[in-house]
Order: sequence, then structure tokens, then C-alpha cells
Amino acid sequence: MNIVVCIKQVPDSAATVVAEGGQASWGDAPLVMNPWDEYAVETALLQYEAYGGDVTVISVGAEGATEAIKSALAMGCTQAYLVSDPELAAADSRVIAHVLAAAIKKVGDVDLALFGKQAIDSDMGVTAPQTARILGWPVLSLVSVVQELNPDDGTIKVERSIEEGRQVVESKLPAVVTVSKDIADPRYPSFMGIRKAARADIPVWTLADLEVDVPDPLVRWPEVVNPPVREITNEIISGASPDEIAESLADKIIGEKVL
Amino acid sequence: MGNHILVYVDQFKGQVMPASWEGLGAAQILAEKLGDGIAVLVAGEASHAVAEQAFHYGATEVYYSDSPSLSDYRPEPFTDFVVNVAHEQAAEVILFPTTTRGRELAAMSAVDLGAGVMPDVTALEVEDGRLIATRPVYAGKLLAKTYCETGPQIVTLRGRAFKAPEADSAQTGTPIQVDAGVIESDVSTRVLGYTQAEGGVSLGDAGVIVSGGRGVSNNPSLTPPEGMDEKEAEVWRAQQGFKLVGELASVLGGAVGASRAAVDADYVPYENQVGQTGKLVSPDLYIACGISGAIQHQAGMRSSKVIVAINKDPDAPIFKLARFGVVADLYDILPPLTEAFRQRL
Repeated sequence: MNIVVCIKQVPDSAATVVAEGGQASWGDAPLVMNPWDEYAVETALLQYEAYGGDVTVISVGAEGATEAIKSALAMGCTQAYLVSDPELAAADSRVIAHVLAAAIKKVGDVDLALFGKQAIDSDMGVTAPQTARILGWPVLSLVSVVQELNPDDGTIKVERSIEEGRQVVESKLPAVVTVSKDIADPRYPSFMGIRKAARADIPVWTLADLEVDVPDPLVRWPEVVNPPVREITNEIISGASPDEIAESLADKIIGEKVL
Repeated sequence: MGNHILVYVDQFKGQVMPASWEGLGAAQILAEKLGDGIAVLVAGEASHAVAEQAFHYGATEVYYSDSPSLSDYRPEPFTDFVVNVAHEQAAEVILFPTTTRGRELAAMSAVDLGAGVMPDVTALEVEDGRLIATRPVYAGKLLAKTYCETGPQIVTLRGRAFKAPEADSAQTGTPIQVDAGVIESDVSTRVLGYTQAEGGVSLGDAGVIVSGGRGVSNNPSLTPPEGMDEKEAEVWRAQQGFKLVGELASVLGGAVGASRAAVDADYVPYENQVGQTGKLVSPDLYIACGISGAIQHQAGMRSSKVIVAINKDPDAPIFKLARFGVVADLYDILPPLTEAFRQRL
């Protein structure tokens, strides 16, 4: 199996993020692997353990943005590339998808490209299906269970989560798969893994290395603002007994006219 | 005059995702500002009936396809259908609901149409004939103002952010069947089966959500059945607590949510998780039971209209967001609260 996992480096989910001068700022909060992508890495490693091959991490980011990549290597991924190019500073999702598609082609003979559901910074959730469309590969999104993977026949059978329940889908490989959080718990990096990752050589690919003509970005976000501050009047409901509290709470809630 | 505002209606086995009709509400406002008309797109096995229904919600034209390649939902042939109609109608704007299907179809259509996509939008304005969309980023900690340089402008609308028009059964029309342009042998996927989720209201569409957290397992007065180890007993306790949460939700016609802690401890399935790595919700009423309110949980529910917190710990951060708070054990409060609503509603 030749598996690629596409990951993104983002500010930690516990970071206090505020808008400053129209831009997002997270102070000195740590930069980590996008939490959704950890499930994609775990899924890749489980398949790698079953079938062998390679698990290659690809991340598009600024120069030196290797924290997330190192976490993935520490978990057990076998190699990694950072795609970085000043021309990507204003990239939108379609541009990034073109870059990832080119990088996946450059890795070569890839059976499966895994992605997390979405990135917790931009919350777009469109890069995986766009990459699939550019590659001309099928996309299996929000996969909760990999039922069967057959590298020899080049097929995969999965259960994917949809609003109405679960859909069982069979697909030819190569395919793009995005994973749901219930697929498997991500492992913790081992001590040896962390040491290995710290010393790992992470080659950087530029757009020239990928030999790709990316389209011009079409989506612009000139301004990021703080959400309007909500004035909430806190009222603690108390009473002589739970029954009394419950009655008075029910009346108050009904008084808000939201039911 | 053509109809260059396209609205994709997301249906599964004849059931329409409610956010689809909200798309027609948003489209009507845009149609007025842009001086344009609205065409609806719907595909799949039961799409003819849904196509007829779309006229009640204000569609000028409706295009549908129930070709055999579209009988089960698969993103590739459905994208072909959307792209075909978008080309033929010279679409300027395409609105999708932010559902799992809507989001990926928007993404993939954007590739074929050479267009920009703005997912999960909560507000739309028009400036010089161009859409300016507001979309929450960083799980709603910030709002981004965004637009597309050129058309078609592809948008997915967050559920409950726009108002669906009142259905008017006097408005009718004849849907137009279109060729989806799918060659079945080109499609690499096959749907083998489907299992329905356990009933109940889905979190994204729910007007009321009652959520439970770690605190739901803290009832020492419950005695678990014999033979359980410590973890099993904890999950058993939590499940008794979630029964109370579920009963309140059911009286209020709402959905059951959970904090990440409750999901990670295996009290309830991941489908129920509210928060940054779960679902982002904004119901009219959110009742948090035994949830302390970590920043990641707050990100998923803070835009709810009225928040109620029930927690033993008076210092729990959730109280800062709450219109009403009760500092007490949820096991004492939930049964009489459910009863009180049963009598009043």
C-alpha cells in the first residue's frame, strides 16, 4: 500500500483566537497538527501495519512549518514533504487542492490519499473533494469504518457517515478518503518516534519542483472580525427544593419565547 | 431573461434536508437585489416529487434528474449533474445547504466550473452585483468576510442561518427532466447498502438541544448491576443520566448533544458531540447538563439563542454564557424539569 496523508498545521484548539487589524491572531499558542487530521494519520498507520508499503505525509504551509509534520512522523509515518512557496500566500482551497494533487502525483503510485474532515482554522472542509476531483479519483468522505481493503484487486469498502445514517460504499483505488472521528483513536507518539522525528529530514517542494501551473486564487477574505459581543444577563435560579427550582426554570425558559 | 441563481435541494430517499428550503429563502433576497430568477436543482430516485414541491417554495424553474446513475447518492455523478445544469443556465450563483452532500458537491462543482467556493456561510450581502459572504472561522471564534473574484459564486449555507419561505401550494410548475450526462462505466464507486440512524432529531436542524457532559456519570446513589468493572459501572451510570437528558429533549422536541468528554468516555456515540471537533450548532434553546464548558465546547454552541446551564460546580465556565443557571445536581433537577415542561407544553 502506498498511502499519502495530507495534513495541516493550525493553532491549538484551546487557543484564544482574536481578530487584530483584520487578521486572526492566536498569540503564542502552540501550532499543532489539525486535530481532525490525527484520525487520518491513525487510519493510514493501521492500513500500513496490515499491508506494508509507505505512509507519506504532505503538508502545505509556510517555510519552516514542520511541527505538524513532526507529530505525524513521531506517530509512525515513514516520510514527509512540506510544500512551501511564496506564491501560495494568498491561495484559496482550489489552489491548495491543485498543489496537493500535483504533490500526490509526484509521490507516485499512490493507492489512497487520506484527509481529515476539515481544518479547525479555516473550517472550509472542501480541500479533499477538490483534490479528488482534480486527480479524477473518487472521494469517500466521512468514513467511519474501513471494512475491506484489497490492494491486489485495487478496491476498498467503507462505511461512511451521512446525516441519515451509514452508507456502505465500494470503490476502485486509487481513491481519496476523508475520515470521521469515530474511525479510530489516534495513537500517542512513542519516545523513539519523537526522537526519530526530531532528526528527520523533511524535504521542501516548491511549485517549480511540483511542475504545476496553479490557477489564480478566486476567493478573497479581506477582513476577519471578532463576532459581535453578546450581552447576556446571567440569572441563577434557586429555590427551596428541586421541584421549586424546576418549576421556576421551566416558566423562565417559556418566558424567553424560544419554544 | 434566464434564471441564473441556482439552488441545490439536498434530498435523501425523498426526505429533503430542511436547510435546502432555507436556500430558497436566501435566493429570493438575492434574486430581488440582482434582478434575477431562481432555478432549483434536485437529483436522485425520488427527485420528481421533490422537484414539484420546490415550486411551493418560490422556484421559477426546477431541473431534476432521476437517471439510474443517480439513484444512490455518489458525489461524482451528482457533481456531473450540477455542472451540466450550471453550464446550461450560465449560473452566476449556486447555493447549497451545508450538509455532508452539499458541501462536497459545492467543492467539486467549483473545480469543474473554475469557480470559488465559500462554505458554511451565515450571512450574505450584495455589493456591486457581487456576493459578500460572512462565514465563521476558528469554530466561530472569528468571522471572515469573503467574496469571489469571478463567477459563478458557489456558496453553502449553514442550517438555520437563513429563513425558509412559507410553502404555498398554490404555486406550481412543471419540473424539467435533464440528462445528468453520467456514463456509468466511468463511475468507480458502488453503493452496497445503507443503515438508518436511530430516530430522533438531528443536531444541525434542532431548535432545542439538551446536552450532557462528564457530570452525567456522577450519581453515587445509583447501584450498577453486579459483575461490572469500574469503567463499565461508570458508563452504566452515565447512560442512566443520559436517559434523563433524552427524556427532557423528547418533551421539548429536541435533540441530544454531548461534550467531547462524554463522547471520549464512551457514554454516547460521536454523532452526538457538540464542539470544535464535533458539530457546530445554534439552536433556539441549549440546555447544558453537567458540562463545565471548555473553550472547544463553547465554540460549538455559543451562538445558541438561549443557553441554560445545570451544574454542581458554581465556578464552571459554562455559567458565563448562560441566560439561566442552576447550581445543583442534574439528577435532582432533570426529572422535575421534564415533568414541569410536560405540564406546560
